[in-house]
Amino acid sequence: MSTNPAPTGQRERTLEAPHPQRERADNALKTAKTGHYLPARASFLRRTLLNRTAILGAAVVILFAAGILLGSYTVTIPDFFRILTAHFAGGEKIPGASFIVMESKLPRAVIGTMIGLAFGLSGGLFQTMLRNPLASPDVIGISYGASAAAVTAIVVFGASGAAVSGAALGGALGVAAVVYGISRSGTLRAGAGAGTGSAAGNRLILAGVGIASALGALVNFLLTRTDIRTAADALVWLNGSLNAASWDRAGVLAAALLILVPAVAVLAGPLRIIELGDDTAAGLGIRVHRTRLGVVLTAVALAAVATAAAGPVAFVAFLAGPIARRFAGKASLPASALVGALIVLAADYFAANIAPLLLDGTVLPVGVVTGALGAPFLLWLLVTANRKDA
Amino acid sequence: MPVRAPWRGSAPAGRIAWLAAAVVVLVLACAVSLAVGARGLSLATVWQALTQFDPADGDHAVIHARIPRTVMGLLAGGALGMAGAAMQGVTRNPLADPGIIGVNAGAALAVVTGIYLFGVSSLSGYIWFAFGGAAAAAVVVYLIASMGRDGATPVKLALAGAALSAGLYSLMNVILVSSQDTLDRFRFWQVGGIAGRDWSVILPGLPFLAAGALIVLCTGRILNSLALGDDLARGLGQRVGLSRSVTALGIVLLCGSATALAGPIAFVGLVIPHAVRLLTGPDYRWILPFSLVLAPALLLVSDVIGRVVLLPGEVPAGIMTALVGAPVFVWLVRRGKGAGL
Repeated sequence: MSTNPAPTGQRERTLEAPHPQRERADNALKTAKTGHYLPARASFLRRTLLNRTAILGAAVVILFAAGILLGSYTVTIPDFFRILTAHFAGGEKIPGASFIVMESKLPRAVIGTMIGLAFGLSGGLFQTMLRNPLASPDVIGISYGASAAAVTAIVVFGASGAAVSGAALGGALGVAAVVYGISRSGTLRAGAGAGTGSAAGNRLILAGVGIASALGALVNFLLTRTDIRTAADALVWLNGSLNAASWDRAGVLAAALLILVPAVAVLAGPLRIIELGDDTAAGLGIRVHRTRLGVVLTAVALAAVATAAAGPVAFVAFLAGPIARRFAGKASLPASALVGALIVLAADYFAANIAPLLLDGTVLPVGVVTGALGAPFLLWLLVTANRKDA
Repeated sequence: MPVRAPWRGSAPAGRIAWLAAAVVVLVLACAVSLAVGARGLSLATVWQALTQFDPADGDHAVIHARIPRTVMGLLAGGALGMAGAAMQGVTRNPLADPGIIGVNAGAALAVVTGIYLFGVSSLSGYIWFAFGGAAAAAVVVYLIASMGRDGATPVKLALAGAALSAGLYSLMNVILVSSQDTLDRFRFWQVGGIAGRDWSVILPGLPFLAAGALIVLCTGRILNSLALGDDLARGLGQRVGLSRSVTALGIVLLCGSATALAGPIAFVGLVIPHAVRLLTGPDYRWILPFSLVLAPALLLVSDVIGRVVLLPGEVPAGIMTALVGAPVFVWLVRRGKGAGL
């Protein structure tokens, strides 16, 4: 993308500072904890950020609890703990309630939280690294890779359950490898003239968009070549749904996140410095290519495992970053992850408990709700952000 | 960015030759589209059927039956190609196409609503819903992106389009998940194609297409100065807001009617302008006519391939454009020229 209109605030600051480039670098350095250029303001910023992140965390916990305790089947808090201890330590189970909480509500909330965290982190990583708000796993083809593979498995091979998840995972990783390979070999051939960094990022997005369109067409075509029942099943998966949540899936997902989240934590520091520009980062001793590859791998893996667990839940990865930035005041990966979890939990509460009342008992896939409620919110964000800056 | 406009210096003779070659390609694509299919015919027969039509001849009847389909390809392809080029110019965004800007989503939601609430089941019924939905979505995206002082900047347009698309698709899925009948009809419209449209579907779309094409063809100069950036364009005496709105009107007319006629066809609007830039350079006064000529050629060739690739069945043109267009697009990206504008 050739233009990147600077926010008005930044332009005003430029008037005071003789070296705008330098000042931006200082700001980023300060947040990268490599130096306290403006100590008072930096610590103030960091404190606000921590507070805001804590608020997000609390909101996630509250929604998690609401998802389990409230809804069309309510459980009291003492009952919930009795059920938990009965499940783990053995003891008297509450008939009905034990089953509903342990086999449906709890795994649903746990998977919802985890895929939300994963999508939020994945989107945040892509958007930060490629410096482009459009760069989310939805746009650059990864979700479509998962969708195409899963729908092929459902329609052509009649697969269901874990086989579909496996196909989705394979599809996501395969497409990601192809997209990255294309954008990388392009970079090498274009050589120094075209530059790397954001040009390579643009190529990655473009290659992804191209492949996404083709795969989207493939999915639509497959839907016309099968009977309507299978098509309807596939559609539910395509929208991303927590209806099939189970402890098996939760376990696999948790194991994946245990590897991936620490990886993100390690990569976050160098990534912030790469935001300053590749040359600057290289000058500061960052291995730019290796870090980039690591970030791509991690972000893709996060999106892929989340998609395998619940289908491509629309819009979470795309939305989490901008909302987190708006709320926390600056781009922050933990905030993105928490916002992702918030979106999924809130949307699933709506899909499972409120939508059936409005739609004669149809339990909507959670992805339908994230899209339908998330879109106006993003539009509102766009509008109000403009007003404030103007 | 060179100080002198790049198109002043180069002689247009080469480009005119290229344009002539493109027209030849398009004519060939039309001929092939008339000749190839489940029943293959020679080009000589095609010529005969067009010049001396014999109603008793079965081959001639087959060719005449293929004419509306070919005309559809010409109309929808040309509209999508020009709309894509103009859209990329207005938004200064290489990703802009009817899919990103929300037009396809608007049309799709309107069609689904038409099927679900009003029981519409024919193509000529879908067309008005699709057109209304496409136009409404484009207007809403443009209005949202224009709020605030900066006006409709590229990033805001793309974001607003993507956001609205996702929202509209979700609303659409609310209906599709709860009503299998609607899904059953809609999935066949959704793939996009130029087969099975007769004149009663095509004719109502013509005035809109013509108006849109006229407007967009005249905006080459506007797009050229917009490409320099809003500030520079303003400095050159351009009324940026007005120019954008006029171009946007043309775009809406073009992709609205193309989507109404052919369903959501991916990729033509995205890939053709990028390919054309390799021939013409960044001058929109040339990009637009080239897109007008080459986009239908791509659509027709895709349609022809779709007819023969899965005999006796057919793959709709909308699928084939994506499958044919994707490798081309990826090749462009790899060359490293597709990324910039």
